[in-house]
Amino acid sequence: MFELDLGTVNWARAQFTLTAMYHWLFVPITLGLSFLCAFYESIYVRTGKEEWKRLTKFWMTLFGINFAIGVATGIILEFEFGTNWSNYSWMVGDIFGAPLAIEGIFAFFIEATFFAVMFFGWERTSKGFHLFSTWMVAIGSNLSALWILIANGWMQYPVGMAFNPDNARFEMQNIWEVLLSPVAVAKFTHTTSSSFVVGSLFVIAVSSYYLLKGRHVDMAKKSIIVATVFGLLSSLFTAFTGDESAYANAYTQPMKLAAYEGLYTGSKGAGIVALGVLTSGKKIGDGQDPFTFEISIPKGLSLLAKRELNGFVPGIEDLVYGNKAEGIMPVSEKMARGKAAITDLAAYKAAGKAGDEQAKTAAIQRFKANQQYLGFGYLNKPEEVVPPVASTYYSFHFMVYVGTFVILLLALFLRTAFTNKLAESPWLLRFGVASFFLAYLASELGWVVAEVGRQPWAIQDMLPVKMAATNIGAGHVQATFFIFFVLFAVLLLAEIKIMQKQIKIGPEGA
Amino acid sequence: MIGKLDIVTLQQIWWILCSVVGALFLFLTFVQGGQTLLWQVAKNDREKSLVINSLGRKWELTFTTLVLFGGALFAAFPKFYATSFGGAYWVWMLILFTFIVQAVSYEYRTKPNNLLGAKVYELFLFINGSVGILLIGAAVGTFFTGSNFTLNDFNQVTWTNPLRGVEAAFSIFNLSLGLFLVFNARTLGAMYLVNNINFNGVPEFEARVRKSCLTNFLLSLPFLLYVVVSLLLIDGFAVDKAGVVSMVAYKYLYNLLTMPVVLGLLLVGLFLVILGVTRTGLAKATTGIWFGGLGTVLVGLAVFFTAGFNGTPFYPSKVDLQSSLTIYNASSSHYTLTAMTYVALTIPGVLAYVAYVWRQMDSRKIDSQDLADKKAY
Repeated sequence: MFELDLGTVNWARAQFTLTAMYHWLFVPITLGLSFLCAFYESIYVRTGKEEWKRLTKFWMTLFGINFAIGVATGIILEFEFGTNWSNYSWMVGDIFGAPLAIEGIFAFFIEATFFAVMFFGWERTSKGFHLFSTWMVAIGSNLSALWILIANGWMQYPVGMAFNPDNARFEMQNIWEVLLSPVAVAKFTHTTSSSFVVGSLFVIAVSSYYLLKGRHVDMAKKSIIVATVFGLLSSLFTAFTGDESAYANAYTQPMKLAAYEGLYTGSKGAGIVALGVLTSGKKIGDGQDPFTFEISIPKGLSLLAKRELNGFVPGIEDLVYGNKAEGIMPVSEKMARGKAAITDLAAYKAAGKAGDEQAKTAAIQRFKANQQYLGFGYLNKPEEVVPPVASTYYSFHFMVYVGTFVILLLALFLRTAFTNKLAESPWLLRFGVASFFLAYLASELGWVVAEVGRQPWAIQDMLPVKMAATNIGAGHVQATFFIFFVLFAVLLLAEIKIMQKQIKIGPEGA
Repeated sequence: MIGKLDIVTLQQIWWILCSVVGALFLFLTFVQGGQTLLWQVAKNDREKSLVINSLGRKWELTFTTLVLFGGALFAAFPKFYATSFGGAYWVWMLILFTFIVQAVSYEYRTKPNNLLGAKVYELFLFINGSVGILLIGAAVGTFFTGSNFTLNDFNQVTWTNPLRGVEAAFSIFNLSLGLFLVFNARTLGAMYLVNNINFNGVPEFEARVRKSCLTNFLLSLPFLLYVVVSLLLIDGFAVDKAGVVSMVAYKYLYNLLTMPVVLGLLLVGLFLVILGVTRTGLAKATTGIWFGGLGTVLVGLAVFFTAGFNGTPFYPSKVDLQSSLTIYNASSSHYTLTAMTYVALTIPGVLAYVAYVWRQMDSRKIDSQDLADKKAY
């Protein structure tokens, strides 16, 4: 395999980051608000009260504005796997392509078909069928999240496949293992539930703004009650699934866990850092204290990661340099084995071309002994397996702080809403407006943890990102990067302005 | 039963499935065609709104079908996905840009405070319908004229033309196919609008739409003729039993003659399109779209089948014949194709609910009442 120049790889990375993070500006609202619209409309259908219909239509208007740009920014992601990650697409397309195709068949068509009914079918279909369609949009949106998160989960924890040396790619062996992988399940539940929280906070933020201004008071109160209940339940579930994700990480991606916990040296009964500032300029193995300041909970990390107080949690250094006592192989040895696998694979190919069956059999036997380390063979030095620690660590901690804060805030909202004191609690309402933006940021940072934390791998331990890209030349990717940057910035600005205006107009405009 | 199918059968099934999705997409480009007709057939804001709102209830279906086409090719023929999208980078990127701007345009066009103004969003729709479809046609054209790539032992793609795929649009054959698709989309667009809009009280508007169906069909004819005649005369890419690719004279003509079903699809398809045009452009019927749509699907199938079956590499390389992709060397594994075939069993169900909802929504035609709705585009 030829090596790609790093400029191309990094621009491809930048472009994917840019487009994915733009897309993620709209997805959480779609996932959460679609269900809220379904709840509101269900209440309308049950009670028959026009104010619930008006309220539903108002939130649907905002949903539609957000949905359109979500679709626009989403299409590019699917095709970018091919345009910018063609080597990846070939090497794992046999496994990765399936959930993407299933997403199209099972999810996108549900969304596309029922979206038209949800928006234009009020007078054209029965009340019941309309409600059904609104629910289908919510379910379809969340199903599309399911399939793409299964695909992403597989990249984090590749299961159900084997390497085929004849065509140099990974092939699927068991689709159920791919679909039901514990990482995929944790990812889906954590991502969707946290998006429900973001969607709920969107409704709470807009409604709080109305209450602060004394406009549309009745609608705002009604909206808040439903959104708060949904948001609070979802935020508790998010905390639970977040814990499950971390627990899964301990087994599937211990390096990521070590990075986001700032754990350089592993230990039994490892403490968890509740609050800490990383030492700048810290390098692995330099003996410096990783933290300039920290508050830790003793044994917390062992409990979280191993579910026992004295379980061993490996640190970054154990994972790079190895830890004999805990049976962790040093990366240098994995690299040596990986390089041997690459050589044997090339020998296998050459023997095949020369028609030398004996050499072919010998080469493949040698290859098989080391094939699980194939990905490591493309690394240049052991330290390459360490992701950027600071961004992973801070993103993770910020996310956890916001998650905790949101649970408390929503509980407070719920109490205040049920005692009907919202209108007299301007501070709470101000927090209601601001916390939406915090939750947004936390949601994006969750992806930073997931994706930066798994660097340098496109597929954990199998394929480094630098081998996954298309051999195209940095200039081309740079050009499309800036086109996306400008185009999406303009569309985002348009979206924000339209959204602001619609919020200003209020439910009368819906 | 699916579990027992051999890989060759599965590869053929998946080429048929991808072709069906691709052909359905070509039918659904009536949305794109309609977008380019906007300025021509609609003379005032009300007429414009009728066109936009009529198309606006369908654009997502077309968009989703395109996404599914990409997804299905990825799952079934990952080597094509990697080679073509990674190699012909710019042509695909340009196509995608036109779909990105389309996706926001319906929703944002008439919303207050929309930053760019209605005219710009209408321009986006026009670009999507013209440039987008033209480039898709050019990309499909390379199934017959070949592309500029080589693959190494590890199937990594190297593109040998600095234009990265856009060079496809400079071949007269590819360009003609692209232009044919643009005019065909416009023809279909007119058929759909005639079917979907209530023209009571605006007969001159209806007359304009009907006339544009006829004109655009006539404009598409020279390009269609050029494509069909060239296809019958050019040397084509052929692959033998050992997998060796070579150029063979009259290859595609030979394909049509040895696969009479495909020839039949092509002829019946063209006949149905003509029938659709006469019903819309010359008679007073509103059902033209069903004939034109089915006809387009059949022609699309014929195009894809000619490109992929009968010992033909569907994505040939002109610079290195042996790098060419066939449905047999570009496919997923036996296991994956089997699993995906089970998944594909649900497709009729999907088509059924799409059709059901379409009927529910279109039982009454779009009229001024719909424009009064605040949700209207």
